[in-house]
Amino acid sequence: MKVSVNVNGQPQERDVEPRTLLVHFLREQLGLTGTHIGCETTICGACTVHLDGRAVKSCTIFAVQADGRNVTTVEGLAKDADHLHPVQTGFWEEHGLQCGYCTPGMIMTTSALLAENPSPSEAEIRHAIEGNICRCTGYQQIVNAVQHAARIGKGAR
Amino acid sequence: MPIRPVSVGERIKRREDPRLIRGLASYTDDLKLHGGLHAAFVRSDYAAGKIDKVDTSKARARKGVVAVYTFDDLRGKVGRTPCVARPEPGRDAEHPLLADGFVRWVGQPIAVVVAEDRYVARDGALDVSVEISPLPAVVDLKRALEPNAPRVYADHKDNIALHIPRSNNPEVEKQFAEADGVVKLELVNQRVAPVSMEGRAVLAHWDEGPQKLTLWSSTQVPHLVKQAVAQCLGLSEIRVRVVAPEVGGGFGAKIPVYAEECLLPWISRQLRRPVKWSETRTENLMNTTHGRGHIHEVEAAYKKDGTLLALRGRVISDCGAYPSFFGPSIATFTPLMMPGCYGVKAIDVEVVVVYTNTMATDAYRGAGRPEAAYTVERVLDEIAAVTGLDAVEVRRRNFIPKSAFPFTTATGAVYDSGDYEASLAKAVERFDYAGARARQAKARAEGKLVGIGVATFTEICGLGPSAGASPIQRTGTWESGMVRVEPTGNVVITTGISPHGQGQETAFAQMAADAFGIDVNDVEVLHGDTDVVTHGVGTFGSRGLVVGGTAVHMALEKVTAKASRIAAHLLDAKPEQVSFDGEAFRVAGSERKLSFRQVAEAAHLWNVAIPGEEPGLEAVARFEPTGTTFPFGAHFCEVEVDPDTGEIALTRYVAVDDAGRIVNPLLADGQRLGGIIQGLGQALCEEVVYDESGQLLTATLMDYAMPKAHMFPRIELDTTCTPTHLNPLGAKGIGELGTIGATPCVVSAVLDALRPRGVSHIDMPLKAERVWRALAEAKS
Repeated sequence: MKVSVNVNGQPQERDVEPRTLLVHFLREQLGLTGTHIGCETTICGACTVHLDGRAVKSCTIFAVQADGRNVTTVEGLAKDADHLHPVQTGFWEEHGLQCGYCTPGMIMTTSALLAENPSPSEAEIRHAIEGNICRCTGYQQIVNAVQHAARIGKGAR
Repeated sequence: MPIRPVSVGERIKRREDPRLIRGLASYTDDLKLHGGLHAAFVRSDYAAGKIDKVDTSKARARKGVVAVYTFDDLRGKVGRTPCVARPEPGRDAEHPLLADGFVRWVGQPIAVVVAEDRYVARDGALDVSVEISPLPAVVDLKRALEPNAPRVYADHKDNIALHIPRSNNPEVEKQFAEADGVVKLELVNQRVAPVSMEGRAVLAHWDEGPQKLTLWSSTQVPHLVKQAVAQCLGLSEIRVRVVAPEVGGGFGAKIPVYAEECLLPWISRQLRRPVKWSETRTENLMNTTHGRGHIHEVEAAYKKDGTLLALRGRVISDCGAYPSFFGPSIATFTPLMMPGCYGVKAIDVEVVVVYTNTMATDAYRGAGRPEAAYTVERVLDEIAAVTGLDAVEVRRRNFIPKSAFPFTTATGAVYDSGDYEASLAKAVERFDYAGARARQAKARAEGKLVGIGVATFTEICGLGPSAGASPIQRTGTWESGMVRVEPTGNVVITTGISPHGQGQETAFAQMAADAFGIDVNDVEVLHGDTDVVTHGVGTFGSRGLVVGGTAVHMALEKVTAKASRIAAHLLDAKPEQVSFDGEAFRVAGSERKLSFRQVAEAAHLWNVAIPGEEPGLEAVARFEPTGTTFPFGAHFCEVEVDPDTGEIALTRYVAVDDAGRIVNPLLADGQRLGGIIQGLGQALCEEVVYDESGQLLTATLMDYAMPKAHMFPRIELDTTCTPTHLNPLGAKGIGELGTIGATPCVVSAVLDALRPRGVSHIDMPLKAERVWRALAEAKS
């Protein structure tokens, strides 16, 4: 069936099977491979994207559920290398990533957090990323990254 | 003389990051080739059984399915699943790429379905009907050792894969005879899953024209994959190119060369089309190697003053259902490292590696050493408890003194350098140990269960030399590095290690920038492509900087030497008069100088021929370690246990680590923080659970408990620096310190909290229920 989704500001119309997951639609049909799959059970958060501005896990949403809606993926956060989103800058400055696999999901979750709460406490940040698993960093530098973003971005976006 | 700022030692942010934070990096599953197919596996639902029938007809008939294969299609055409730590004949097991008649663990691949689309491949896998007559499975390690236990391999005389018996060292018995007392412990170091966030993924493309295989694999060791796959498939390795693209974590589980990595190339060659497979998380949990899985039975002889005299006992290690790549060798590191940082006089520990009907085990961040550290730290805590001495004081009394290095331990390990007293003293101060004990006494008086944990530890990094690194492991321990200077003076480095988050693209660029006085951004670091990089070994065992970095350093020195000779000729000076000061090649006592870039250009233009030299400016070096480095640390933590629920709140954690000289402290902090949380994960929540029939109960991340952000306080880091003499960098390795120190540290704290309530033993993971039960049992 046909779906029309606005992805990173671009209207996209594709034929999908009803069972196609949003994450596969993004990765395989649109070639947006920045959104990763880490568990298929909504636990790890590697697949987090924004759906109408809210952070959602795209591995447990069907593409058809995004019909007529706005999706932002990690590729849509910065228009080029010189215009990074404050959260992206924070991750870079604070070594908030190692292997980078969980990173797009972490960035999407925490950018949504900052949009709602521009000055979160450390506890609020840790609570916000409970649904995102990182095996490399031990989370501390991710917390630092989000704090850095809050400082420079004043919750931009 | 003013010299540009040196970058080694600085907190330089990573050059890897821009592509990763923008979602523009390419992991294996992100790659798409024209005409690419997808594979899906049919896996065993039984832990042990005889395959009666595999019916693939329905799958073959499905639209979009291109092929289905079982072992019958492979028989006689391919080799076994690669293993470089093979048990002896009679104990070794020929592990096939697909199940051959029998299944031996839940998740073992039986058939593979290849289809045009990922979804159709999985549909096809569900179409395959497999009939299995279940056989008795053995899961429990001690049960597996009983004479009447079901055997994982019916033609073996028992379930033992590797046995290193006690040496009956008379010194051990002498120490026990002279002891004031003996503590006896049986400790479970539970099986855990490495859980890299990117699972394993393989993309194979057989190109029929040039007769060449390109294999993209999410691996830590592309060169070993190349050798192993070529051997398994009977291909010349010059017809095999292995690429590790962006790799989303490994933690040891991406060292083994797996059946899928051999099978997909074979399929691609059959079908002459690219074929890809990315494991699901459930596949990852049931069919990617696990770690730990030890039982230690130890007796420790001690003196009233807290001196640990000797250890004896047995390490039982779970091999799982087949000998994985390094798998059977991992437990051999455990007795070796059991002395820890203590001057224990004699050790006699037997090692038994046992087959069970479970997924194979292999290296997992620390690989045999965390198990050793955990046990010796538990022993010291127990000695402190029975002698009434302070746990910190017991450690101090047993330390190998700074003056004794290099020190040969009771197990024959040669410790390169160490200053355990210094790291402990720093940690004591940073943690405010005296204050913490005073606060604990007050809290206890109020009925609170507050505990303070300590762990002092050392570990073994950058294994070497190649001869005798392990009794049974067969791989070189050297590493390669190449430095190629372009005519502009920009630099390309290639390295045989295969970083996947460690940040060596940045660290090695820093080294080159300093060596030649150029900008870090004018250095490219290439790795993970066997057609680009000269033969190497890979990333594991905290060897990336220690061994790989040293090879790069050596290549940089070779290039500098040649550049210096060229500069001398151009400057009309003798080579010994010319030196590079970080900015320019200068002639001693004169104003004459040439920049590195000028020399690079001259080396390529060759307008002035340099006698005795070839044009160009590049060098390859290989570093073979003459010995092994032993970084160390002292960790402290504080916990509060809820007496009603058994829940543990970790309230403080202080880590003082010594990994010798640090190239980039930002990266080093990252390694330590990640490792500590991983170690705490094992201590507090993680556990692979099979039921007694061998069913995997932790097959998704809903069941396998991963450490999450809200569980931890801010970890406080500090360092001491005791360089090694074994490499010119003075670096000792840092990747595994965290998992080695953190696990015993937090268990020490929890037991410290519980001892006043009569609890003197608990096994990991310290889930609330387990703590609550321990408290309830002690009460009754």
